[in-house]
Amino acid sequence: MRASQGSRADAWQHDVYRVLKDAGVKHIVYVPDAGHSVAIRMAESDPGVQSVVLTTEEEDIGYLAGAWLGGERGALLMQSSGVGNCINTLALAACARFPLLMVVTMRGDWAEFNGWQNPMGQATEPALRLMGVMTWRADDPEDVAPLLHGAASMAFNGDAACALLLGQRLIGEKKWVK
Amino acid sequence: MGQVAASGTLDRRAVVKALLADRKDLLVVTGLGSASYDVMAAGDHDRNYYLWAAMGSAAMVGLGLASAQPRKPVLVLTGDGEMLMGLGSLATIALRKPTNLTIAVLDNGHFGETGMQASHAGRGIALERVAEACGFSWSGAVEDMAGVGALRKRIEDRGGLAFAAIKITAENPPRVLPPRDGVYVKNRFRAALGHAPI
Repeated sequence: MRASQGSRADAWQHDVYRVLKDAGVKHIVYVPDAGHSVAIRMAESDPGVQSVVLTTEEEDIGYLAGAWLGGERGALLMQSSGVGNCINTLALAACARFPLLMVVTMRGDWAEFNGWQNPMGQATEPALRLMGVMTWRADDPEDVAPLLHGAASMAFNGDAACALLLGQRLIGEKKWVK
Repeated sequence: MGQVAASGTLDRRAVVKALLADRKDLLVVTGLGSASYDVMAAGDHDRNYYLWAAMGSAAMVGLGLASAQPRKPVLVLTGDGEMLMGLGSLATIALRKPTNLTIAVLDNGHFGETGMQASHAGRGIALERVAEACGFSWSGAVEDMAGVGALRKRIEDRGGLAFAAIKITAENPPRVLPPRDGVYVKNRFRAALGHAPI
């Protein structure tokens, strides 16, 4: 299923899960975010996937390294604020060249109501790159599947750390006052 | 100020040697610092994964490995300082409850690598009680070699998620350095499980 005009507003969220499954992912580790709610729900109900809720994002780097040592692929779902929590731990992926696939929903990126999200949101992509993570970003629903496929391919075929950033324009403006 | 930090009486090298002797299909992950040196001192092995960074991650590497290799016993050996940096991972691991995972903390109540400053564990935080509160199937302090023997049996049996705080003396034996090439150690470990490099 491709996200396209006239389809459900969250079709790209289904694309995320489909592409991860197509990439052979057996472990989904996550710190919840509304933008990942569909993929998290699908992972939690999928008997072919071990889904692991974390207390903080840096736990994922060790977990996915361990799964890969044991011969299996995984991916991380998190919000951009969690990238800041991962920085030192990314040395593990860099030094041992573990495949690391991250799907990051952005805050502090576009039409952000809570300015406290802006510092980390604005630093997310440069911080990942400083630590040797390759990045792509999707602001259009149609870009989610091909960009995630590309990131997964380069992570698992190249023993590389790869992140797809899902922009706030894609996710939609968060309504604080209803 | 002026307080005396608690530590145990066990010899860390003797403990690790006893846990790893004749280890069969055991998979081992070590936290950075002294725990890695102890495991290396007991003999390098294809099924050891030594961390040299990512402090706080050893238990989570163990969880990922135990989840991907459910039929093999997985032992994480780390220090109290390294475990403290990943304390939240005890909650994450307890929710998953892999029956083949044991986390053994070599607990001397000190940050041994950085000048032997007293750690939280040495100032009264009982790590085994944290693991117990999180819901580990078994959690306890190990204070003598008989307890180490019982722990070893528990690891081999894969009878449930376990946590042990092994009370060792606060001293730094001579360093025995494991290989620092993370790619080499990774590929060696995976090859031992039948996985080819990319």
